[in-house]
Amino acid sequence: MAGLEKRVLVACGTAIATATVVAQKVKDIAKEAGVPVQVVQCKAAEVRGRISTFNPDFIVATTPLPKDLGIPVFNGVAFLSGIGMDDLKAKIIAQLKGEE
Amino acid sequence: MTDNRPEAKRDQSEARHHWINEDLVIIPMQANSAEEAIAQLGARLEAAGRVKATWAQAAIEREKTFATGLPTPEVGVAIPHTDVDHVLQEAIAVGVLQEPVAFGEMGNPDNTVPVKIVCALAVAQSELLVTLLQQLVEMFQNPGVLTAIANAQTPSEIVELFEHHIQI
Repeated sequence: MAGLEKRVLVACGTAIATATVVAQKVKDIAKEAGVPVQVVQCKAAEVRGRISTFNPDFIVATTPLPKDLGIPVFNGVAFLSGIGMDDLKAKIIAQLKGEE
Repeated sequence: MTDNRPEAKRDQSEARHHWINEDLVIIPMQANSAEEAIAQLGARLEAAGRVKATWAQAAIEREKTFATGLPTPEVGVAIPHTDVDHVLQEAIAVGVLQEPVAFGEMGNPDNTVPVKIVCALAVAQSELLVTLLQQLVEMFQNPGVLTAIANAQTPSEIVELFEHHIQI
């Protein structure tokens, strides 16, 4: 399915701040990996609604989310702290490229 | 030497906002908990006219729900902040704790982070918080910067480090 656009939802707590930082990182990674991507940000409380309307392939969050969302959720805090950033980047690239 | 270089010009501009000054730095800071640390920095921000009296309690409450501790390769950092309604003028207050205190880890509340550097962020516009956060994250990931902050001997060293990295 090369060339198919991936949809990524980025969620944070209340403000839009950390989600914006993480969303930019995800866009940069997708560009580097050559995968077209659409990134949408939301607040944690809006996640379920956005899953049904936006239908994301996966979520990157900087705040805890319910475990039963049915799609992969990655902790995006590594992009803020720098710890585990390479590992997270590798996981996101694998998701973007669809590793089935 | 063209005129259409707003970024380059802005660095030299007198209008550049000063996010931090020596009155907004506490070293060494003594606190037994995250709440105490936030309250001390909130008091400095309030005394400097940067936040309303409600800021500290609001930031303490927000920290309980949305923790801001960040484990970094060098020194644990926390960036407590709260709604723009409590802010009068943009500022960063920084405390370097003599002994680290536990902050909840951002995005992972079951964990705590031993935090030595607390950066209280007072931001009156949410768009500005985004830019500030981007620059702070880059600053924190710049090798040696957090160690330099943790080892600073005077408030002016810390002011210089932030003035160098925060260019908004």
